[in-house]
Amino acid sequence: MDNKSFFIYLLIMAGSTYLIRAIPFGAMRKKIENKFIRSFLYYIPYTVLSAMTFPAALYATGNIYAAASGLFVAILLAIKGKGLTIVAVAACVTVFVVEIIMTYLI
Amino acid sequence: MNDFLKGLKSGIPIGLGYLSVSFAFGIMAISLGFEWWQAVLISMTNLTSAGQLAGIGIMINPAQYLEMFLSQLTINVRYSFMSLSLSQKVTPQFTGIKRWIFGFFMTDEIFAVASNENKVSVTFFSGLTVFPYIGWVLGTLLGSVLGNVLPAIIMNALCLAIYGMFVAIVAPKAKESLALLLVAGLSVALSCAFYYLPVLSEISSGLAICICAILAAVFGAVVFPVKEENTNG
Repeated sequence: MDNKSFFIYLLIMAGSTYLIRAIPFGAMRKKIENKFIRSFLYYIPYTVLSAMTFPAALYATGNIYAAASGLFVAILLAIKGKGLTIVAVAACVTVFVVEIIMTYLI
Repeated sequence: MNDFLKGLKSGIPIGLGYLSVSFAFGIMAISLGFEWWQAVLISMTNLTSAGQLAGIGIMINPAQYLEMFLSQLTINVRYSFMSLSLSQKVTPQFTGIKRWIFGFFMTDEIFAVASNENKVSVTFFSGLTVFPYIGWVLGTLLGSVLGNVLPAIIMNALCLAIYGMFVAIVAPKAKESLALLLVAGLSVALSCAFYYLPVLSEISSGLAICICAILAAVFGAVVFPVKEENTNG
């Protein structure tokens, strides 16, 4: 790809991504009083993350058993109140261990 | 200043998570034929995982400018809701140009951590953005320059990092609130339907996520409207 079309693409991509994020944040000055909208906005981050995680995460590592084990460990640790880093690292280590076991021991 | 340090600290786990995810992005970009500096430039100006992934897939074709615009719009429209949501929680000093600058850093994880706070100040938010940004750009650089050095088994394991982080954000809240558990569960059920069912599975993943999240959140807002103190805290 030549540089010119790369930069045109980059401009479109970065510009649209920026505007989607910044316009609501920059332009919304008032406090929303509507109970429905407030509730909707309260739930939206959790529904986005849930939909992004399942079922896509099961297929993220190339081994569905390893991924499922990693997610199971992540849920367990998260419920126990462990922080973001510990949960994320534990999920990766679990995938690694399960893949090693399945590759070399079974 | 204390607020800034608190933000910096809260950003560390996000930065570590981004390091591994953007590492994978760097490798993918190189395998599609991008130069390392192009991958890094994309990460520096976009700061978003799903959008960038779809973006490089479109870029390798000539002149699909409208497709690029539409895909970014669909995949990233969730940020609008997050921005709107966070605009309700910022301190009165967080106005004007500061919002237009820091709006750039609205990612799923930065939003999730920020919205866990009762009030979001400019100093806290600016601290919060530092490590995620460094992690995202540095990871892309490392992945695109030395990605092929790591064995596949480690690369595979790192791919779950971002999802582990998502789980760590949702699960503790779902444990506290049955309503949130049901709403998140509905979102997962819808997402599975879009993934596995014929016809529905033809819809792009970015759009599917958007539809699932909105339907589930509307369900939540109708059936379990939250009390005032909940939406603030």
